[in-house]
Amino acid sequence: MAYLELCDVDFSYSNGFEALHHVSMRFEMGEAVAIIGQNGAGKTTVVKLMNGLLKPSRGQVLVDGVTTKQQRTSQVAAKVGYVFQNPDDQIFQDTIGKEIAYGLVKKKVEKSAVKAKVAAAARLCGLEDEMETHPYDLPFSRRKFVTIASALVMDPKVLILDEPTAGQDAPSTRLLADIIQGVMASGKTVITITHDMEFVTKEFSRGIVMAKKHVLMDAPIAEIFENDEVLEEAHLKRPYIAQLARSYGIRGVLTDEELLRAM
Amino acid sequence: MVAISLEHVTYRYPLGTGDALDDISFHIGQGEVYALIGGNGSGKTTVCNIIRGFIPQFYKGTLTGSVMVNDKPVSEYDDAELTQIVGYSFQNPFTQMSGVKDNVREEIGYALENLGLPREDIGRRVDAMIELLDLQEMADQNPLELSGGQRQRVAIAAVLVTDPQIVILDEPTSQLDPQSTEDIFNIIKLLKNQGKTIVLVEHKIDLVAEYCDYALLLEEGRVAMGGPIRDVLTDPKVMDHGGQLPQVARFFIDRNTKLGLCDPIPLTVQEAVEFKTGRGN
Ligand SMILES: Nc1ncnc2c1ncn2[C@@H]1O[C@H](COP(=O)(O)OP(=O)(O)OP(=O)(O)O)[C@@H](O)[C@H]1O
Ligand SMILES: Nc1ncnc2c1ncn2[C@@H]1O[C@H](COP(=O)(O)OP(=O)(O)O)[C@@H](O)[C@H]1O
Ligand SMILES: [Mg+2]
Ligand SMILES: [Mg+2]
Repeated sequence: MAYLELCDVDFSYSNGFEALHHVSMRFEMGEAVAIIGQNGAGKTTVVKLMNGLLKPSRGQVLVDGVTTKQQRTSQVAAKVGYVFQNPDDQIFQDTIGKEIAYGLVKKKVEKSAVKAKVAAAARLCGLEDEMETHPYDLPFSRRKFVTIASALVMDPKVLILDEPTAGQDAPSTRLLADIIQGVMASGKTVITITHDMEFVTKEFSRGIVMAKKHVLMDAPIAEIFENDEVLEEAHLKRPYIAQLARSYGIRGVLTDEELLRAM
Repeated sequence: MVAISLEHVTYRYPLGTGDALDDISFHIGQGEVYALIGGNGSGKTTVCNIIRGFIPQFYKGTLTGSVMVNDKPVSEYDDAELTQIVGYSFQNPFTQMSGVKDNVREEIGYALENLGLPREDIGRRVDAMIELLDLQEMADQNPLELSGGQRQRVAIAAVLVTDPQIVILDEPTSQLDPQSTEDIFNIIKLLKNQGKTIVLVEHKIDLVAEYCDYALLLEEGRVAMGGPIRDVLTDPKVMDHGGQLPQVARFFIDRNTKLGLCDPIPLTVQEAVEFKTGRGN
């Protein structure tokens, strides 16, 4: 049975706007999945349903076999960690150390254990020298890593990252890739929303394409980038290397190495 | 005409431990699209804040050197005048909404209202922006109830609506899908064709290569490289200074190295095709 499942879900915001219509998807443990697609498609909405921040207007969201409707948000969030698109929606403490520790302290984890776990998460996110820093003294791009550390430290079964690549430079993007690999290596599932097509190609095997409240396609990444219609409807572009290959009449190429061989 | 010039600009934030900018000099001619590139924390946003006068107006600290807009020191402008000349779209799209307007249409018109324009003019210009940034579907929605990418497009509209001569765009596409990102670059091209000067901070280097005239690569507050876009973005040294190469350029540089060739390096997919069919240089 899938660990996390959305069954025919609709969702409307309180102003009456319907953001999702007949959406179904399922995730097993140990998967790395990218959710991609146009602005306003419903990506953020769908992942907020997965972690219990939002509850479906119709249909079911099942986490480990139990519907999120019957669980408190904090119960769901312990299993499915969510890193917000806007880090500032998530950050409330006055030092980075406290911010990362917050969830553990609330769970009344023993002090020495908190310290060790926080240090480990901070190290993974490149924040070990910033524990006393005020979160708002870090630039936006690094504040995102504060929120990632806060999610990692809780050790959820499923980790959801909402546009972690936005505004990141090359080293930070590599750091993100390492973090995702690390979580995967421990058998967890990582679901990432991103508009960075190169990142999608390199780090994920499965993609879910969304457009206008719907899932358009759920398939291996390579198949998605072969489907012109889906790409256009979801406002996606092929990675530049794939575009280059196609301009030479070579199809099915996504990486430098593949193109070099094919040329 | 020189639209923007910085000469030997050095700046330290009030509580900063080192200089955020260290002896920066560059000029931007009117009508140029000028890219500021470099790693996180290299000083790009700080440069934008200096051009717009927010440093030293709001952020105190120590600023030395000369900063000119349209050949006049920024310190000699009164704020209203500079606001009209320089439009500035901030890096963080989530903090850009006024918070006082409850629909997108009014949000976009807010700056014009403050300038005291007649209602009909405001309506006309707002409509043009809604069209330009493809915001029809969300025109009556609350700006705070939009997705990240939708907010970012509204924020850009709210800056362009005042029709500034100089436009600073600090990471304007960070939350945008690939198609909307290209749409923004096409708008930049349109602005250039109208004679506007554009300062663009952007990590999406492949599009910078296609649409910008010059690039300045910052590293730890210093100018690491700078010049015409082709010179900067076909030089592998970019990567030693926290920058990135366009993927097409990087591919051909690697290929030359691996195969012992010295083929010319294209910057974009289109150039690669032109070079192959022998129509390039
Ligand atoms: N709080 C809200 N109230 C009402 N409508 C909302 C709210 N948040 C989002 N929406 C609307 O729901 C739709 C889906 O939004 P969502 O944030 O899920 O999009 P997204 O796919 O994450 O987009 P992006 O790539 O721009 O972040 C959009 O049309 C948006 O305007
Ligand atoms: N308000 C501030 N106070 C102190 N230091 C700052 C402030 N804003 C930015 N800095 C520092 O100035 C340097 C340049 O930052 P910034 O201009 O934001 O870089 P970029 O836009 O290239 O990411 C960084 O070292 C950053 O930490
Ligand atoms: Mg979103
Ligand atoms: Mg910046």
